[in-house]
Amino acid sequence: MSPRIVPARTDAVRRRATPLTITVDGVPVPGADGQTVAGVLLAGGRLSWRSGPSGAPRGVFCGIGVCFDCLVTVNGERDVRACRRRACDGDVVTTQSREPGEER
Amino acid sequence: MTRNTDARARHTGGRPRHVVVVGAGPAGLAAAAAALRAGARVTLLDASDRPGGQYHRMLPAAYEAEDNGRLHHGWDDFERLRTHVQSHPRAEWWPDSAVWALERPDDTTSAPHVHVLRGPADGTERYRSVLTPDALVLATGAHDRVLPFPGWQLPGVFTAGAAQALAKGERVVVGDEVVVAGSGPFLLPVAASLLEAGSDVLEVLEANPASTVLRGWSRRPWELAAQSGKAAELAEYTGLLARHRVPYRLGRAVIEARGDGRVEEVVTARLTADWTPVPGTERTVPVDALCVTHGFSPQLELPVAAGCALSEGFVQVDDAQRTTAPGVYAAGEITGIAGAPAARAEGLLAGWTAAGGDPSDRTVRDVVRRRDRGRAFAARLAAAHPIGTGWPGWLRPDTLICRCEETDYRTLRAAAEDPATGAPRAVKLGTRAGLGPCQARMCGPAVADLCARRAPDSAPAHDGLAPDRSVPERAVPGLASASHHRRPVAQPIRLGELAASPGRPPEEEGEHTDER
Ligand SMILES: Cc1cc2nc3c(=O)[nH]c(=O)nc-3n(C[C@H](O)[C@H](O)[C@H](O)COP(=O)(O)OP(=O)(O)OC[C@H]3O[C@@H](n4cnc5c(N)ncnc54)[C@H](O)[C@@H]3O)c2cc1C
Ligand code: FES
Repeated sequence: MSPRIVPARTDAVRRRATPLTITVDGVPVPGADGQTVAGVLLAGGRLSWRSGPSGAPRGVFCGIGVCFDCLVTVNGERDVRACRRRACDGDVVTTQSREPGEER
Repeated sequence: MTRNTDARARHTGGRPRHVVVVGAGPAGLAAAAAALRAGARVTLLDASDRPGGQYHRMLPAAYEAEDNGRLHHGWDDFERLRTHVQSHPRAEWWPDSAVWALERPDDTTSAPHVHVLRGPADGTERYRSVLTPDALVLATGAHDRVLPFPGWQLPGVFTAGAAQALAKGERVVVGDEVVVAGSGPFLLPVAASLLEAGSDVLEVLEANPASTVLRGWSRRPWELAAQSGKAAELAEYTGLLARHRVPYRLGRAVIEARGDGRVEEVVTARLTADWTPVPGTERTVPVDALCVTHGFSPQLELPVAAGCALSEGFVQVDDAQRTTAPGVYAAGEITGIAGAPAARAEGLLAGWTAAGGDPSDRTVRDVVRRRDRGRAFAARLAAAHPIGTGWPGWLRPDTLICRCEETDYRTLRAAAEDPATGAPRAVKLGTRAGLGPCQARMCGPAVADLCARRAPDSAPAHDGLAPDRSVPERAVPGLASASHHRRPVAQPIRLGELAASPGRPPEEEGEHTDER
């Protein structure tokens, strides 16, 4: 089991879900307008998308832009904190790994 | 204070004072409102695209939620306050605006210049602005403090704040079979949010034993009664936990997370009063997510950059919320962890005095009282939920201490114990602990704590790794020497952005902008 999004139609906050699609390493992943890139990834069933220096998987840890575990490349921009960036329809997200000794 | 628009204008050379407020959480928003009331011109900015901070984290505008308030406490007051500030003619609201540096002017009596990057988080095409206010209010809040434990780097292990931010901020739920563990009252709203979203909260574990928690909470009960809003909120969470039959266990902690590529189970154990795990009390619990927090660490890079003195790990402020740096005021969790109502009271006072208001003015007497109660509440929280000194008992040689650099306990201990490398800076350079992308925000306090125990005779405190002699026997949340907060760049900036000269965004041309 993995993270999920509360479906808009049963959500007690009574909200709208305007669909959007991003691609992650070339694979289309659906989300809703307003979600963060991390939110789209998590709700799409991915718990990890980056690897630490040893190659071990990482995803979201702090959720508010402090730990830098969730870094992705968005439309060619490296090192974007997925938990802070809102997803835009058509965003091309590629995952990154961190090589030993690399500064970021 | 917000209803009273009887502005007593405080002028500097005929112009209203310009107050810049960094952070639009409970503290910053209140500061903006109070500064407006005192007659100032206000620029309120936040790295986020919506006001509210961590406590009143709003759903995205695109969700068009009809009832965002049901996820919150005090929502109507918040909506009123933010609408008042955002629509005020003397106020400017800058969303998506990250302050990446503060620069102290040559003239040492003026407020620092505020360097801002505006645009989507970590984007390459953000523009730089520089604000030169008459006074600066810092209200940058805090983030979860998590002590390292075996497996804490596994995907599916989240800070409690992350679970809360995802649930409140975009309705994403971190898992369906969740353990919430660590220490502090914050465990309760996190469990409540998960329950609200239909997840199964298997148990809530408070590491401190009942004796410690009760001693902290029952001392001077009138202080608690004075925080009635917060007490009612906590009682509501406790009721919810009871209704869902979620056990709240004291004196127990998660000492390990296990799984193949993600968390699949956690090991919990009973702790002694000082948080030493008791052998033979381990239990294994299958989970699909773990939420953990051991307290909060204040976001101190901006106050440190402004030259504000710290006291016991927080920004030192006087009775009027002035820091020791000229023209700089501080409010909210950066001055102490006391929850949203206290942050609001501090913000009101900080904004008022930053705008030139008299802190002894009759109209702010009630605010001062609330602020004082908030401070007393903060002291109680710290007493009820301390971090025990025995926590390294759950570490193993291969436990990661620094998540970014994957420095393990064995390596850190060896470096700290070696007389040749035991000096704090050498430990850091030799092991790379704290040198990764997060710049020690996550591991800084733990590394400082571990090195202090390991190298009793090492060099004096001038670095994040040095022993903190002001707390010899007991570690306190967020408490460590100031230096692991020293980051010349408070928020990531790209080289291209650094090279571009600050300018003003086209739509910002006008009398309100201060970019020079
Ligand atoms: C993730 C998280 C979730 C929380 N959820 C709850 C909860 O549900 N219930 C509860 O009782 N308590 C919660 N808390 C505790 C919470 O911190 C306080 O109750 C309250 O929000 C503190 O108010 P504040 O104004 O001091 O700071 P915050 O609310 O944290 O506001 C600080 C603001 O400053 C901004 N900021 C920081 N640095 C910069 C910068 N360099 N440039 C621009 N802007 C910046 C941030 O984006 C943020 O919006 C949470 C804490 C965290 C970390
Ligand atoms: S999850 Fe920590 S920075 Fe994004």
